[in-house]
Amino acid sequence: MIRFTLNGRTVTATAAPTARLTEVLREGLGAKGTKVGCDAGDCGACTVLMNGNQVCACLIPAARADGCTFETIESDSADLDKLRDSFLRHGAAQCGICTPGMLMAGVDLLRRNPHPTEDEAKDALGGVLCRCTGYRKIISAICNTALDSVVGQGVGAAVARVDGAAKVAGDSFGDDEAPDGALVVRAVRSPHAHAAFAFGDLAAFAARPGVALILTAKDVPGRNAFGVIPAFADQPAIAESPARFRGECVAVVAFEPGTEPDLAEFPVSWSPLSAVISPAQAETEAMLVHADRPANRLIEGRVIKGDSTTAFANAAHIVAGSMETAFVEHAYIEPEAGSAWMEGDTLCIRACTQAPVMDRDDTALILALPPERVRMIPSAVGGGFGSKLDVSLQPLIGLVTLRTGRPCRMTYSRAESMASTTKRHPAEMQGRIGCDSTGRIVAVEFEGRFNTGAYSSWGPTVANRVPVHVTGPYLTPHVTARARAVHTHGPVSGAFRGFGVPQAALWQETLYDELAEKAGLDRLEFRHLNALRDGDASATGQTLKAVGIAACLAALRPHWQRALADCTPGRGVGIASCWYGCGNTSLPNPSTIRIGLSRQGQVVLHQGAIDIGQGSNTVISQIASEALGLPLSQFVLIGPDTALTPDAGKTSASRQTFVTGRAAKAAAEALRSQILRLANAGPSASLTMEGPRLTVAEGAVRRIIDLSALPPDGHGYALTAEETYDPPTSKLDANGQGSPYALYGYGAQMVELSVDSDLATVRLLKITAAHDVGRAINPQLATGQIEGGIAQGIGLALMEEYLPGRTENLHDYLIPTFGDVPPIESLLIEVPDPEGPYGAKGLGEHVLIPTAPAILNGIRHATGAKLTRVPALPHRIMTAIKARP
Amino acid sequence: MRHYARPETLAGAMALMADRPRKVMAGGTDLYPGSGAQLDGDVLDVSAIPALAGIVHSDKGLRIGACTTWTQIAQSSLPPALLALQQASLQVGGRQIQNAGTIGGNLCNASPAADGVPPLLILDAEVELTSPRGVRQVALDQFLRGPRQTDRAADEVLTAVVLPDHALTGRSAFIKLGARAYLVISIAMVAARITVAEGRIVTAALAIGACSATALRLHRVESALVGASPKDAAAQIRSADVASHLSPIDDIRASAEYRVEAATHLLQRAVAEVLA
Repeated sequence: MIRFTLNGRTVTATAAPTARLTEVLREGLGAKGTKVGCDAGDCGACTVLMNGNQVCACLIPAARADGCTFETIESDSADLDKLRDSFLRHGAAQCGICTPGMLMAGVDLLRRNPHPTEDEAKDALGGVLCRCTGYRKIISAICNTALDSVVGQGVGAAVARVDGAAKVAGDSFGDDEAPDGALVVRAVRSPHAHAAFAFGDLAAFAARPGVALILTAKDVPGRNAFGVIPAFADQPAIAESPARFRGECVAVVAFEPGTEPDLAEFPVSWSPLSAVISPAQAETEAMLVHADRPANRLIEGRVIKGDSTTAFANAAHIVAGSMETAFVEHAYIEPEAGSAWMEGDTLCIRACTQAPVMDRDDTALILALPPERVRMIPSAVGGGFGSKLDVSLQPLIGLVTLRTGRPCRMTYSRAESMASTTKRHPAEMQGRIGCDSTGRIVAVEFEGRFNTGAYSSWGPTVANRVPVHVTGPYLTPHVTARARAVHTHGPVSGAFRGFGVPQAALWQETLYDELAEKAGLDRLEFRHLNALRDGDASATGQTLKAVGIAACLAALRPHWQRALADCTPGRGVGIASCWYGCGNTSLPNPSTIRIGLSRQGQVVLHQGAIDIGQGSNTVISQIASEALGLPLSQFVLIGPDTALTPDAGKTSASRQTFVTGRAAKAAAEALRSQILRLANAGPSASLTMEGPRLTVAEGAVRRIIDLSALPPDGHGYALTAEETYDPPTSKLDANGQGSPYALYGYGAQMVELSVDSDLATVRLLKITAAHDVGRAINPQLATGQIEGGIAQGIGLALMEEYLPGRTENLHDYLIPTFGDVPPIESLLIEVPDPEGPYGAKGLGEHVLIPTAPAILNGIRHATGAKLTRVPALPHRIMTAIKARP
Repeated sequence: MRHYARPETLAGAMALMADRPRKVMAGGTDLYPGSGAQLDGDVLDVSAIPALAGIVHSDKGLRIGACTTWTQIAQSSLPPALLALQQASLQVGGRQIQNAGTIGGNLCNASPAADGVPPLLILDAEVELTSPRGVRQVALDQFLRGPRQTDRAADEVLTAVVLPDHALTGRSAFIKLGARAYLVISIAMVAARITVAEGRIVTAALAIGACSATALRLHRVESALVGASPKDAAAQIRSADVASHLSPIDDIRASAEYRVEAATHLLQRAVAEVLA
């Protein structure tokens, strides 16, 4: 028995002496606000104050807690509350998984130093990692910098996120709720890239005390294959021999609660097989990862327009080059976690996800259940960035509960999360770009090979998106672009913020710098000259409208000229652009939103779009509020929950603000029309609601609708509207011609940096980011996306490289820390798109795309060094400096 | 089976060690990563033993208790010769780790990239090892045998780091190089301590970490510095001399070639910082 003071109260707990304090707090005392991200002291999510000093609770033995005083996020101390408020006002919490640790480290600092400088804040909070925010708004919240006051609540207002109070209190993520008595589920995973395996005496292991159930592939009742694109579904929930990548699940064991889940003696024997590791090897070797995919090719996407061969023959200037990227890990701070239970005949699964309906349908297929017998209840999501689009543990815990009838829970370790879930595709890209004597681009030829790993996941999307976008947002009359996804026995490559476009942008935007030089043009002016304009045709022949790239570049121009003038030896400035089509590529992509007006007088928004931190809960609400004409404060959010919310699609492809926003706008407008009809009022009438009294005022005429007097409709509301929006796109033909997206967003970023001439280390000084968002529904959330995307772009450029078996933790796999993201100036450009809600365009992925190439262009400007491989680690930069012509 | 004990005296710890050797835990920051829900085996938690805490000056020199945390080192009033150690203290993980991790644990963990080692090597540090069989003192460079290997016997506890008086002179500096700003595991790190008298360098102690199996002193480079005037010091640090000491490897953080080149620059900068 240990006894200590927790947030001012004496508590006692029973725990093994070396149990981690996180376990004692979370499981023993139910204080789940303290989060676990790594169990290794690498991420700081579990930061608590021990006798007033910040420590990682995951590294504190329970026995040592005895007699100590602890403060956690559950504390109600006045200074913590004040800091929570500052976090909310500054938009310092996105997904919220790091927020408790940030707040506790912040309180530790502010008690020692009430008025810290930026550097002092960074030093004090440097032990906590954040993958969403890019840290800048956290620094502002800690230093409590001044903010513009927020005007109104509707479209365009920088209101604090509607789910913010939960974030700063310690939100409820996948591991934070489970039914009492839940079995604890663990997976047995392949330690090899490619290996045959055989089980020993499973019955004997199953008979061990504490073991409730063992599942292998033969226990999967339905189709043992999942995949985000149904036609390509190939990944088993539990693999049969052989395992195709390190980390693949081959068996599942459920343990009784309270026993120690120990798989050390699980009876499985491994016979490692030779493995296909590199894509080059994959394309030439006889060994196939999947017997039905010759040459290990999953798919090739292509765009062919005009006659690039002839165009190059006539080009005045041509540049050619290659670019190579690595596996990149999403490194959200929340490892996959969830729980499952039965409610009557319905299997309920509560887990972190970006795509609850896809999860439901895939899980139902695997479990041989009709979809309506599976209910997905998404938890708060502690970061996703694309990887939580694919199912992970949902079918595993679903199967355990289905087989036992008992509730169960599962939480991936950090290593398990990194080894078993998807990565950004490593890319090997090459080609050439030509322009005429005036600097106008005439042609692009591109060939990309993308390592899609062991299973298909989003490989087809990457292969299709890259050729469409590889020109960048520049008018290019002649294009020949091919991208193929190739299987290896590597980690499964899937979706990661940009679907291959960030890799391709590294190739094209670094070459454009060289081409500008050859043409004798300033690098920004070269891009501005070639920028797509309204009415131009894209590489796929789509006539574009509301094109904001020239406006973004123009907005950067004064900053660019100032930065060039500021340059001294060792300093450089880089620039790069982006464009990105929002939504699925040439595929249906609908969202449905339901809004009810309750008989008590609340606007109930059934919002199925998953907010992974980007802010869709807030943005969709603001759009609905604006369109309906009732204030945000009268809104109640329901969901997401597949039993309670209509399908708002997946949170990917920068589609939620656009697609679900359009659905929300349509539903709100439909509801407004019903109200106006009831009141016999015209479209300009204003609405106010006090309890069930809904007042419709038009000039001097006021009509009152008593909502409580209206009969409940099929949803139990006084009035309900439900609307669907599906963006208009067209199929691409064999040459990739067509209109793959209904709407595109645009942007350009400029990086100022210095390179240490001896050590070849890069110091980022400032990033200026101009993004055409069409209409900034919530400017603070928009700049939050920009800053967070830039941080991931910095990681892609300078430090991130996932190596299976070597970097399966957060100290060998480097993501940017507090000190790695420089000041960011965001310029929100608004070129409204008629297709977007109030003109809004998607933003979430765009913001990552230009950062890495702008950094490489800045390094080249500073040093002359040309990098053709990322991450640009210091030794690679030094090699490039020495290789200068 | 597991057993855990947290004695409040050194004698109590020794009695446990005499019974059977056990895993020693100080801050725990290196033991928990990679372990399961709790630690395996028999654990001897030495964090409650007063004899292992605090920094005191004795007849043997400056004695830093093995369980002194990085934060305690950073916040102590210490001679300028220990500035490198204090600078290193603020770069071991984040502040959470600095509040829990200890100098003794850092040495016993014996990572080639241990932040504490170069600043202690330039102070001619010795470690005090206590076992039921008695107490012995070993030079730090003899104690560190290789990656994750030390001279500590299974029944010994590292009880203190002892810095001899002769090494507490001069000023020092520490520089750590990595691919990100915080939470860095070094590509390379250097520490330098120099004493100057009458316009000449009298003693020079230089050490480097993460460029060989264990961190080490660079005696040939040090010799070249002795007698030099401070303004010529950097020029005396030649890459060939530096390289002759090192056996770096290519790993995920950097190439061997880069490490040697960076090491020379880092040493020049550290020396310049000391002499500034």
